[in-house]
Amino acid sequence: MLRRFRLEEPASVREVSELLGRFGESAKLYAGGTELLLAMKEGLVQYERLINVKTVQGLNEIQSSDGIIRIGALCTHHQLENSPVLRQSLPVFVKLEENVANVRVRQVGTIGGNLCFAEPHADPGTLLIALGAKLVAEKTDSRREIPAEAFFVGAYETCLEPDEVLTEIQVPLPATRSGIAYLKFGYLERPSVGVAVAFSRNGGDSIGDIKIAVGCAGPAPKRVVEAEEALKGKTMEEATQRLAQAGQVAGRAADAISDLHGSQEYKEHIVGVLLKRAFQKAVSQG
Amino acid sequence: MSKMMARRSDVQTLPISFTLNGKLQEMEVEPHEILLDVVRERLGLTGAKRSCDVQVCGTCTLLVDGRPVSACTTLAFEVRGRSVLTIEGLAENGKLHPLQQAFIEHGGFQCGYCTPGMILAAKALLDENPDPTEDELKHFMHGNLCRCTGYKKIIESILAAAEKMRSKS
Repeated sequence: MLRRFRLEEPASVREVSELLGRFGESAKLYAGGTELLLAMKEGLVQYERLINVKTVQGLNEIQSSDGIIRIGALCTHHQLENSPVLRQSLPVFVKLEENVANVRVRQVGTIGGNLCFAEPHADPGTLLIALGAKLVAEKTDSRREIPAEAFFVGAYETCLEPDEVLTEIQVPLPATRSGIAYLKFGYLERPSVGVAVAFSRNGGDSIGDIKIAVGCAGPAPKRVVEAEEALKGKTMEEATQRLAQAGQVAGRAADAISDLHGSQEYKEHIVGVLLKRAFQKAVSQG
Repeated sequence: MSKMMARRSDVQTLPISFTLNGKLQEMEVEPHEILLDVVRERLGLTGAKRSCDVQVCGTCTLLVDGRPVSACTTLAFEVRGRSVLTIEGLAENGKLHPLQQAFIEHGGFQCGYCTPGMILAAKALLDENPDPTEDELKHFMHGNLCRCTGYKKIIESILAAAEKMRSKS
């Protein structure tokens, strides 16, 4: 059962932002509803108004230009898993999207909603951090680009201001011969732990830039710089030898907490295992 | 009485029209009304079932523009201008759909509770991929749960229907 609410259907991002500003905490943005409506049905949250952001045109496109893949915040998971642009340029993201929840959730759930709801046990944020993505937030009179790693503040909490709207996700086109992988493990409906690795290769056989992110272990997905340091600049052979150590470091740096999906200790261990496997996968695909 | 009427006039209603099982349906819904309730309670089509209520199990699966959605977590107004198919609309002129026939012939029904959702999800799959491998089938169908028996007969039913539909077309 849902409690009665009013529906607003704005036509522009500016109008959305105005409505958010006017109604404050009594209103909430609504897109696919796959997370929000569940929380509302449970009575965990209540709003007098939902603002249907899907009536804003132009926020569901996927384009690649000038070395940046631009993903509209209203793109559904289904759109992302079938996007020719992403299949061509970012197959790792397609693979992730193919395995989000189930076919019905992917049909209506949006990437923007997924990121803004900031449910700790979700996939996309982790990979976007490792890819060095930027999230574009707009309001009536301003626009800013937020690095994905700064976007998530805590469980169900982002750095968006109350009247800001996430409109676009910008992913830099990976350099040729990059190694990128995302792996998750879980036995419930949602992932228990997710690990993303993305690195570029220096001229020879060594690792250039590397980003590692861990999701689901703690309240929010986060970059684990400490583990990156253990692998950066190393040859593939050296890095492979250091993987166990990097995995341990990543586990400790993940801010893992005990929850329904496992104890802190268990998750830290899984982070290490997944990091090792994700790195090996990234190497073999690069 | 006047107070009640005043409250009623404050209620927001949305006129919507959509295609339901091939026929035009026009009605008014409130924003918070859930598609599954509207279909079951107001339109009397009880094939879709409520079970988990959190988009995990698939017993409430309906097809909207040919794609599966969880009616338990879909706001009814979202189907405006679209085409909704429920299990009641699948048979044509009294003739069962090949999927329905295959579920009978291959024992895919089991207890029957998940069947409407299973069959509609399978229809969406076969419409986009008429010749799925067993792995593709499992991946597409993994969000439709059988809580009584198992999946062997269901998978056999869908693969049999797929073969029949391919040989026909």
